[in-house]
Amino acid sequence: MGGLDLSFFNWDVLSKFVLKGFFFSIQLTAVATIGGIIFGTLLALMRLSGKKILMYPATFYVNGMRSIPLVMVILWFFLLMPTIIGRPIGAELSAVITFIAFEAAYFSEIMRAGIQSIPRGQVYAGQAMGMTYAQNMKLVILPQAFRNMLPVLLTQTIILFQDTSLVYAIGAYDLLKGFSTAGKIYGRPEEAYLLAAIVYFALCFSLSYVVKKLQLKIAIIR
Amino acid sequence: MDWQVFLNDDGSGRTYLQWMFDAWGWTLAVAGCSWVVAMVVGSLMGVLRTLPNSPWLVRLANAWVELFRNIPLLVQIFLWYFVLPKIFPAMQAVPGFTLVVFALGFFTSSRIAEQVRAGIQALPKGQRYAGMAVGFTTMQTYRYVILPMAFRIIFPPLTSESMNLLKNSSVAFAVSISELTMFAMQAQEETSRGVEVYLAVTALYAVSAFAVNRVMAFVEKKMQIPGFIVATGTGGGH
Repeated sequence: MGGLDLSFFNWDVLSKFVLKGFFFSIQLTAVATIGGIIFGTLLALMRLSGKKILMYPATFYVNGMRSIPLVMVILWFFLLMPTIIGRPIGAELSAVITFIAFEAAYFSEIMRAGIQSIPRGQVYAGQAMGMTYAQNMKLVILPQAFRNMLPVLLTQTIILFQDTSLVYAIGAYDLLKGFSTAGKIYGRPEEAYLLAAIVYFALCFSLSYVVKKLQLKIAIIR
Repeated sequence: MDWQVFLNDDGSGRTYLQWMFDAWGWTLAVAGCSWVVAMVVGSLMGVLRTLPNSPWLVRLANAWVELFRNIPLLVQIFLWYFVLPKIFPAMQAVPGFTLVVFALGFFTSSRIAEQVRAGIQALPKGQRYAGMAVGFTTMQTYRYVILPMAFRIIFPPLTSESMNLLKNSSVAFAVSISELTMFAMQAQEETSRGVEVYLAVTALYAVSAFAVNRVMAFVEKKMQIPGFIVATGTGGGH
């Protein structure tokens, strides 16, 4: 490696700078995935409800979120959140709220495809049993939709994890920030970025490998 | 709301409005050049992944896709901008714009390669055999039989990848490319009129994304093969 010296990096640096950021990235990914799936499913149900009063706002929200860059959405929330809440909030909390709101739009598209992939007969079967719309959704359709879409949901989660690095725009302390801070302090920014790339790659590559294996395991219910 | 702010001088003799349109130009330039890189490299890698008798080329292209798909775009931009010039001093002369174009182009190429591979493998096997039966070489089979079909059927996912690329160009702010997101951050700081500035920038992104969508839809209509629709790839990606 011409001109690179990775020797500055040891357990000390890792525990002092990187771990804190790593935990935040993982937390952000987990919270945004769970929140995003919950709100995304709600949005998907709104779009499929057939009631205009629910369909239009949900469609507008999803398409709106999907047509602007995530960085801009991060900036928007960081700008407006203090005004809405009435007091300043930290970059980390702002990031969490942003990611839930933003990822909900993407998860909603996945859930919508999942719900639409359920054969109509399943819906009729639920109705024939005398189930209400809510029961039918909860007991028949959504469980199957989740199962069908699990690989895609997980793939989206990996993408989400990569996207968390964009909180760089508002200076939240994530995994990448941890590396770049260590790099600044030790005067080795290039090495720090290279190590960050290796860590992200190792995590995302192994996760996508697991998802691939899972995809082969999950039989499509027919 | 005070939209007058766009008529103020930004301190260098141009108004914020002019600056914003310059920034829009940079956004479109980054996205446009990256699109060319992504399409060329992505198509090549996608084709390599489907070659019948070249296991090493297939492995190479698969490795390419995995490498550029599993590192966040922002980190990849830093790699091009900081790490590579440090390893290869000759690269220090390359302008930042070019580095970002390659970073964004290669990042997107892994996604395009995935779509191209899916499109080729979605074709009926008989198409390839037909090409062989007429005595085409592998090269000719791809050139005259497989690719003209494959590219037409993957148009919808290519459209969404193109829109993703436009949105992803915003990450170039991190290495001070003077594009829309960079403008939004700086103008917000200088004028304290964040809402107006962000609204204008958001509108320009939305307009650009819509334009890309329309152009692709127009070309798609012109090139459609009746009766051939391929399921779009798995969702996701930004």
